[in-house]
Amino acid sequence: MASSKTITVEVDDVSYTDDVEPRLLLVQYLRERLGKTGTLIGCDTTNCGACTVHLDGVSVKSCTMFAVQADGHSVTTIEGLARDGKLAPLQQAFHQCHALQCGFCTPGMIMQSASLLTENPHPTEQEIRDGLEGNLCRCTGYQNIVAAVQAAADGTVSSDGTVSSDSTVSADSDETETAGVA
Amino acid sequence: MTIAEVGRPRLRKEDAHLITGRSRYTDNMTLPGMLHLAMVRSPFAHAKITSIDTSAAKSSPGVVAVLTGADVAAEQGSLPNVWPVTTEQKAPAFPSIAVDEVAFAGEVVACIVARSAAAARDAVELVDVSYDELPVVLDLEEAFTDKVLAHSNLDSNLSATWVFDSGEAGTGKPIAEALANAEVLIERTFYQQRLIPAFMEPRSIVVDPTSEQITMWSSTQIPHILRLILALTLGLPESKLRVIAPDVGGGFGGKLTVIPEEFITLMAARRVGKPCKYTETRSESLQSGHHGRAQVQKVKLAATKDGIVTGLDIQLLADMGAYLGIIGSGIPILGAFMYNAIYKFPAYRLECSNVFTNKAWTGAYRGAGRPEATFAIERLMDELAVDLGMDPLELRKKNWINHEEFPFTTVTGLEYDSGNYEAATAKALELFGYDELRAEQARRREANDPVQLGIGISTFTEMCGLAPSRVLGALSYAAGGWEHAQVRVLPTGNIEVVTGTSPHGQGHETAWSQLVADKLGVPFENVEVLHGDTQISQRGLDTYGSRSLAVGGMAVLAAADKVIEKAKVLAAHMMEASEEDIEFTDGKFSVKGTDQSTAFGEVAFAAFSAHNLPDGFEPNLDSDATFDPQSFSFPHGTHLAAMEVDTETGQVTIRKYVCVDDVGVVVNPLIVEGQVHGGLAQGIAQALYEEAVHDDAGTLVTGSFVDYLVPSAPDLPHFTTARTETPSTTNQLGAKGVGEAGTIASTPAIVNGVLDAVRHLGVKDIKMPCTPARVWAALEEAKTTGGVQ
Repeated sequence: MASSKTITVEVDDVSYTDDVEPRLLLVQYLRERLGKTGTLIGCDTTNCGACTVHLDGVSVKSCTMFAVQADGHSVTTIEGLARDGKLAPLQQAFHQCHALQCGFCTPGMIMQSASLLTENPHPTEQEIRDGLEGNLCRCTGYQNIVAAVQAAADGTVSSDGTVSSDSTVSADSDETETAGVA
Repeated sequence: MTIAEVGRPRLRKEDAHLITGRSRYTDNMTLPGMLHLAMVRSPFAHAKITSIDTSAAKSSPGVVAVLTGADVAAEQGSLPNVWPVTTEQKAPAFPSIAVDEVAFAGEVVACIVARSAAAARDAVELVDVSYDELPVVLDLEEAFTDKVLAHSNLDSNLSATWVFDSGEAGTGKPIAEALANAEVLIERTFYQQRLIPAFMEPRSIVVDPTSEQITMWSSTQIPHILRLILALTLGLPESKLRVIAPDVGGGFGGKLTVIPEEFITLMAARRVGKPCKYTETRSESLQSGHHGRAQVQKVKLAATKDGIVTGLDIQLLADMGAYLGIIGSGIPILGAFMYNAIYKFPAYRLECSNVFTNKAWTGAYRGAGRPEATFAIERLMDELAVDLGMDPLELRKKNWINHEEFPFTTVTGLEYDSGNYEAATAKALELFGYDELRAEQARRREANDPVQLGIGISTFTEMCGLAPSRVLGALSYAAGGWEHAQVRVLPTGNIEVVTGTSPHGQGHETAWSQLVADKLGVPFENVEVLHGDTQISQRGLDTYGSRSLAVGGMAVLAAADKVIEKAKVLAAHMMEASEEDIEFTDGKFSVKGTDQSTAFGEVAFAAFSAHNLPDGFEPNLDSDATFDPQSFSFPHGTHLAAMEVDTETGQVTIRKYVCVDDVGVVVNPLIVEGQVHGGLAQGIAQALYEEAVHDDAGTLVTGSFVDYLVPSAPDLPHFTTARTETPSTTNQLGAKGVGEAGTIASTPAIVNGVLDAVRHLGVKDIKMPCTPARVWAALEEAKTTGGVQ
């Protein structure tokens, strides 16, 4: 076993100092050492994006970084996205647009979408699709994910940021063409 | 009157924990003293194991134990196949850790148990396995010739031959007559490439052997079936096992299976007496999780000159891979009843040969047999239309079952209860702009545009609601097809619904809450749905085959009906009225013709307190029910794809995709639409992107997501979806099932569209996936064979 190295990383607003093996991946550090199991591992090869987090505000795939590379940096995970008990607009948008089914890609998809909207606050449908190219979803066919990102960009998600399961969406598809991104 | 819950696009109850990272996937679990497993896998597709030296691995830091097949030979048994399709079916033993011989690359030959996952993986490298390589057989048609055997101890690669003949079954005419008298005979061979389910959550297992019941958490679609099979295979008392499927990250049939790793983790945990976890890497998942499709279809369609189909003959080769999975043998049989699709064919014969190869074993993948059948017939209908110079839709109309002809008994003997193919098609044509696109297609052909336009049609049906137990019995499947539910009425009037169907993304918690809220007149929020734990949900047959609502949902409704019936007796007693005079609406029991009423919650509390009950009335209102469907349900729909093909590069683009599905009565349109979208993505992926590719030695080349091309967002279009609603008559709700519809329908729509774009250039067929390279090669070949007019 290689000698360990001491790192200090701020994760979701809390500063952690730990001794880690140099080969420990950031995602393993988050999940196994910090218990941040909201960030998931789907592929090990940087293709699926389930492990996407923000490093100093920019999306990275945490299976492609060593924990030691995060030394001195700030990491935000899906668990740190909601503020003061209020969901981030993208989290609310994913709920409202039925942009998740099994939920496994969702943390990474939301983190990547947040980064995308930071870079481009008003993306077109194609820009959203291209911006999510590195995140795979097997359940949704992406249509509702694209709609959720568009809704978050347009500010059309409910303002209180709470997940309310008794709310309904207006885009009832019954007998009509589906609502989607124009 | 309260707003009806059924039909309302409720946002999902499941979402809150999933969008905030509070998920409960199996790999998230940590138990005190937990050890970690890693598997040593065969790099060879077929070899004798001559020796295994584990000494170096055993002394590696952190390693607690190493298990080989020889170590567990006495207890591991053989993974079972529960669907012997014929009495003569042959199958090799399927030990979870190979003992003498390996038959596919990726098969487990040893297991490391260590203090950390990293230590376990480090030690994998230190296990020294000596192999004597054996010849491999990888190609399905070659395997069928028996020139090379996939298993040295079997004298043939043929597992079973299953035949359906409408003449012999008495459900139709003899096929020989139809073929002999055919005015037009279309003969084709279609290749269903090997696919990988590729659920996003890799499979993961945790076993705690320290509790009274040994507890297994597994990323599975089938916790109940898994418990039974673990008990039977390992000789453990079923009552000493508890299986939990917590959050499960997708399945698509890929987790409708029992896997060697589940047995190995259980055996390892029992040996070391500590909780053990195994989580596969993505490469392990792609390599050794079961694959799907993998069939060769030799098909003949007989018809009259004016386009009436008179017979259909199918010679099917189905690749079982190296072993028979629990239901791998039956997958082609599920399709066997669907080749006739929505049509009134008078004669039909299918002969299916299940064949072993040295690849990963095959099993269910979204649609399971029905996509293959639908692809074949919908491709054939287009081929016949071309041959006769007819519009492909007109040809379909000539042959399909008209809406006034339902119920209709098909040539396979199935009774289709309801449907309206005319309505779904009319709606799809309107949304699609069929005539305009045909006009554009003509213009582009005329102008010799480098980008040609094609229109692909698929008018599909499928059988859902698996399954009537007596039908499964007749097909030699080992279990039934019923589903169980319990409705628990808490003292406060809140409801717990226990369901035997265990979801992995389908939104049962939301939909079942809607069902029960309507039935009992309680608020949606007051219903809690429990599932996926054999200690909570004692009985169930789990989730697959678009069965959850049409079977599991009906069990929920039946249990709720029993609650109402029981509560009526108490309500009558409370209001001093006759039971016959009690009506139940909107959560209130009232006495007919009076203004006297009592709320459901009051009756619930009275049943709990039990202070004043009618004579012989047992306290509490909890009820359970088991629903065994009497027939299948038959969703259908019309899918239309406008495909652009760049004839200079072979690049295929989906210009427009319209589908109109009829899935019967819908509980939650939001969830239904989501199921359609995801299904379309997977069907399109078969048509255009995905294939499990092996090299000549049998190593999976597409062993990561770098090479196995699950489509991403830019690879898919915006879908236009709509519905017609013809209720099923086989269940009280009128629901049919939606989980597999999009996958079944979309593959032939896309391929028909690609071919329609380039057929005038002489291209007659393109193997799936229709990659740019294949499309371009087909165009080039057509040029050299003089296809260009």
